[in-house]
Formats: sequence, C-alpha cells, structure tokens
Amino acid sequence: MIMRKVAVLSTGLTKVDKHWRKSLRELYGEAAKAAINQTKVPQLDALIIGNMCASDLSDQNNIGALLADYLGMTPSMAYRIEAACGSGGAAVLGAYTAVASGMYDFVMTGGVEKLTDGVGGNTTYSLGKAADAEFELFYGSSFVSLNAMIMNHYMHVYHTSREDFADLAVLMHKNGARNPYAQLPFPITRDTVMNSDMISDPISLYDCAPVGDGAAALLLCPLEDAPKYSDTFVEIVGIAGATDTINISSRTDLLTLNSTVVAADRAYKMAKLTPKDIDVAEIHDTFTITGALSVEDLGFCEKGKFHKMLANGAFEAGGIVAINPSGGLKSRGHPVGATGAYQVAEIAMQLCNKADKWQVPDAEVGLAQNIGGSGSCTYITILRRGR
Amino acid sequence: MHIYNNTKEGKMMSVPRYWREMPERTRLEAAKCNGCGIILFPPRGKCMNCGSESFVQYALPRRGKLITFTIVRSPTKGFEKQVPYVLGMVELEDGTKITVPLTDVFPEDVSIGMNVEAVFRKVFEDGESGIIEYAIKFRPTL
Repeated sequence: MIMRKVAVLSTGLTKVDKHWRKSLRELYGEAAKAAINQTKVPQLDALIIGNMCASDLSDQNNIGALLADYLGMTPSMAYRIEAACGSGGAAVLGAYTAVASGMYDFVMTGGVEKLTDGVGGNTTYSLGKAADAEFELFYGSSFVSLNAMIMNHYMHVYHTSREDFADLAVLMHKNGARNPYAQLPFPITRDTVMNSDMISDPISLYDCAPVGDGAAALLLCPLEDAPKYSDTFVEIVGIAGATDTINISSRTDLLTLNSTVVAADRAYKMAKLTPKDIDVAEIHDTFTITGALSVEDLGFCEKGKFHKMLANGAFEAGGIVAINPSGGLKSRGHPVGATGAYQVAEIAMQLCNKADKWQVPDAEVGLAQNIGGSGSCTYITILRRGR
Repeated sequence: MHIYNNTKEGKMMSVPRYWREMPERTRLEAAKCNGCGIILFPPRGKCMNCGSESFVQYALPRRGKLITFTIVRSPTKGFEKQVPYVLGMVELEDGTKITVPLTDVFPEDVSIGMNVEAVFRKVFEDGESGIIEYAIKFRPTL
C-alpha cells in the first residue's frame, strides 16, 4: 500500500477558558480561521472534528455539518469523531489517514469542547461516560474516582506519597504560567496541592485538570505540497492509536496504560525513532497519576521512578525530554475533546519556533500523547520539523 | 424546553437497562471461556485471550481481598446523599478483579489488603418515581 506523507500546514488555538460568551461553533470558528488565514490553500476538502460532550451539554449532534456550515465549507465532507478525552487525537489520526490515502488533499481537523454549557452535575456525569456505564458508572464512580483507585494502588506498590505527585502539578503550573493560551497561567507550590480539597482520596483538586472550553484547529495536506503554501510546516512522521479494556478492573496490570505502550511503540517504529529522540512531548496529565503513568509508559523513565526523574529535572527543558511546556492538561487546561488537538498543535508550534515565551530551544522532534477514558484508548502523534 | 434524561426527578436508567445486567450485578455471573479457560467479567462477545466465542456461565467467588480503593467526596448524580462513600477494586479468590462499592464500613477503617465478602444492597433510588436499583456490594468479611 502506497501512502502519501502528510504535513501539518498551520494551526490555530483559542485560549482555554470559561468562554461564557462563545458558542461551540464560534469557538471552533475562531481557531479554524486562525489556521486557515495563515496560508492560502486552493480549497478545503474535508473537516474531521473531535468532540466529546456536545450532545450531552449543548444538545448538539451532527457537529461536522454544523461547523462546515459555520466556516462556509459546505458542501465539503465533514464528520465528528468521539473517543472521550481522546477525541482530538483521534480526529487528527482520521485526518491523517484521509490525506495519506490520497482521498482528500486539504483537510481541516482539530477539536472543540464547550464544557461550561453543562448545568449542575451534568458535566461530571457526561465526562464519566468515558468509563463503562453498566459496570463502573452504575456504582457511583466518576472519572476522578476510577483514577483515584489507580493512584492509591501506585502509592501502595511503589511507596510514593501525595507530595511526589504534587510536584508534577507544580512543574505543569510553572510551565503554563508562560503560555498565553493556558486556562490556569499561574505558579503553585506543593502546599497548594496538598491543602486543596479532597475530591476522591488520594486525588485532591490540584491533582486534577480544570474544566474549561476551547478549540484547536489544524490544517493537513500532502507533505510534497506543503512548501508551496507555508515555510513553517511540520511532518507527521509517526501516528498510531490503540485500545485497552474499558473497565479498569479487567486489566492485568492496573499501573500500565497498555494502550499508550502499544500506540507509542507503533508510532516510534513508523517514525524510526526511540523515546531518546524526542525533544519535547505533550502528555495527557488529566490527573497527576495519569501524567506519571504516561511518562513511564511512553518510555521516558522506568516504572515507579517518575518522581525521582522529576526531582532531577529530567522533564524540564534541558533534561531528558521537555514535558508539557504548554502547562499540560493541569495548567493549559483540558477541553476534553479538543485536548488532543491542542497537544499536536502545540508540538507543531514548538517545532516551528512559534511558541514565544514557552518555547523549548532547538526542538526538532516532538510527541503528543492523547488518552481517552482511564487509558482505554490512546492516540500518539510524532512530528518532525519540515525540511 | 431542555429535557435531560437525568433531571432532579431522576430517571437515569430505563427499567430494561436495569434488569438486563442483573445476572452480573446481582448474581456475580461471569463467562468462562471454553477455548482457554479464562474468566471474563463483565462477559465479552469474543475471548480477548484466544478469540473463542464459546463460553459457559460461571459464578464468581463471593470473597476476596481489597487491592485498592477511593473515598468519594465529590459524587456523581444520584449519589449525593451517600457521600462519603467507598469504591474499591476487589481481587476475588479465583484472581478475577471487579470494581464494586464497599458497604457496612466507615471510610477511615478501609485498608488495602482487607478481606471482603459479597452482600446484596441497594445502590440508589432513581428519583421520586423511578425504580430502586440493587446490586452486589462488598463488606469486610464477618
């Protein structure tokens, strides 16, 4: 099978925030126009959009057509992809295959989420639907409580403390404080985390990503055409998705995100790279425990050792790999179905030297890891600066 | 008018959706693979280990050890009155792991490694006029 090489031609982001005055379509419209207006492509052939909660919180389905209409893209093909918090990364994978296969040339993708349209407990309930509705949600579990069980198990097995995890949140806020698109752009201390309200032991409020709205847009095209339309493009050199059991109790090892291990392995092989080659990574730290498991399962450190590496500065610029210069889900924010698209766009910005105050020096290869549910799916995208 | 399926009045679940899962949730029924012998809970359409589609009904053991747990302080809809409540993951005597609520125990007395046993309990009431839903929970072994 002959597949075409694919480039990310341009990107657009909104700040992650509580955007009370903007609707779902306006948010994505803002990000999409920013991406489209950076370049002059002859046409937009398709729109593949990631979103998780619009049918629950905004009473809106059929988001592909909605956004194609809002952006004046009709009659181009459009649809939405839903893979819980992994929707954005899944949409990028969908757009990649659409271009690589030769079926479409210029594809708009990305993600949009409008969590603040939820009333009362509807937002928490909608997010919980990423888990197994009949055998997890039924018993009153939420997205937080399932991850809390994983974190409690990690602390028991590897003899780590809440403080060890708090330090990851501290680094994320230090990074995010420089990012103009971040929802919580301020530094915190270990005490901020330790003294914050307990949500589901041992996860406290500052172990969690905040609830917010946002949209990220990417314009993909064949690599060979990219230089005609932009001098700052990046190549998608590796991309893969994988799944794991939806019910966390069915996993052989509760402390391994097998979907991440498998997707990363496939993406590294496709890119002919290893974890050592990655200069910058945007990882999926929904909770501090998710961030810890992610750096381990992506191959950046041994199992059970994330806190030691963290203390040594391994995850900062100049270390082994710069983790989440954007501030990650913890500080940049987590507009769930858009998060994976933010991550890929942020890596593209880093590689094009467009990240301003949060720029990692000399980054040439970057990785984005986007998880859905409590690790039941993962989408990995590896990018290299265009040459 | 906004019509949510989970308003203050309840109605989070249709009656058939409740009784459909009763074998698993109230009798701890799992599926044993006729191909390789592994236990699947909840049951699957094909075995994740050997690909077989042939299963036999299997009753899970009703005792086990608590592997991990959490004390939920920020509840999901319908569980507001039960806060704080404990959710746990239990490894049963045959090695099968299940996610279940713990009951008949103060949250501060729960610990990893504790021996637990199955007991039939109410899970929640589906609003003022909805059904009352029951399932197996686990309590410290008597």
